[in-house]
Amino acid sequence: MPIRALIVDDSSVMRKIVERSLRQAGIDLAKVFEAGNGAEALVVLQENPVDLILCDINMPVMDGLEFIKQLPGVANAKDVPVVMITTEGSESHVVEALSHGARGYIRKPFTPEQVKEHVVPTLGGKS
Amino acid sequence: MKSVSELLAAKGTHESWLPLLETATREVFELMLGCQLAVPATAVETIPEVTAMVGLAGQLCGVLSVRCDGKAAALMTSKMLGVALDKVGPDVSDALGEVCNMVAGNFKNKIAGLAESCMLSPPTVITGSDYSLHSLADSPGIEVSLLFEGMPIVISLQIHS
Repeated sequence: MPIRALIVDDSSVMRKIVERSLRQAGIDLAKVFEAGNGAEALVVLQENPVDLILCDINMPVMDGLEFIKQLPGVANAKDVPVVMITTEGSESHVVEALSHGARGYIRKPFTPEQVKEHVVPTLGGKS
Repeated sequence: MKSVSELLAAKGTHESWLPLLETATREVFELMLGCQLAVPATAVETIPEVTAMVGLAGQLCGVLSVRCDGKAAALMTSKMLGVALDKVGPDVSDALGEVCNMVAGNFKNKIAGLAESCMLSPPTVITGSDYSLHSLADSPGIEVSLLFEGMPIVISLQIHS
């Protein structure tokens, strides 16, 4: 079943790379929403339910960790799997992200195979 | 994997950082652009028409930069986006900034303890070659020159003690 994905990254180039990697990983995308930071992503989610969120950490205005902390209060985002994609490789970032509900953590640079490995299991048979 | 303290103890030449910086750069190009970088047979010179910089702050302070000419930057963008070279538009600065960001992140993640204790700034990108960069770095820094599809790219790390 095609899924709706939200890609959150302050780099438009990286958003396009992530989308391409999802397609290369064999994930069937019905719709892709984009946001340049966590605050924009929260606005997108108010109007658009999604099945998957991929999120950078270091972003202006609202970073990825603050964004996922706020997700439980967003009606459209409850139980939506979040996978972090970031250059931040510290264990403390990984632990914090996972403790706030992230289901996966991918370090940049990455391959489509890594995207598949971390994202597909979060979809629970969708896509 | 070497620790920060081991590497900082070797400051003065920082030669031990060079292979880490080169490996970090190669991995970014292999994984994100799908291409191998080559080592130039002789010293290369390039007019840096595009310069991307990322600051490092914390246990290691400094500036990491990636410099190349406009043609190389456009080709990097083309490969990152998977579009034809003539379709590359205003994304060049964004693309080179992301390359620099990933090289900096990958580099610090290769040094034990540095991933936790060193933060990266958002990338800054300068286009044009008529500029002088004055860093407050108090060490000579390190520099790696590689060939991307036959075109030189220069990766520099200026280090503050």
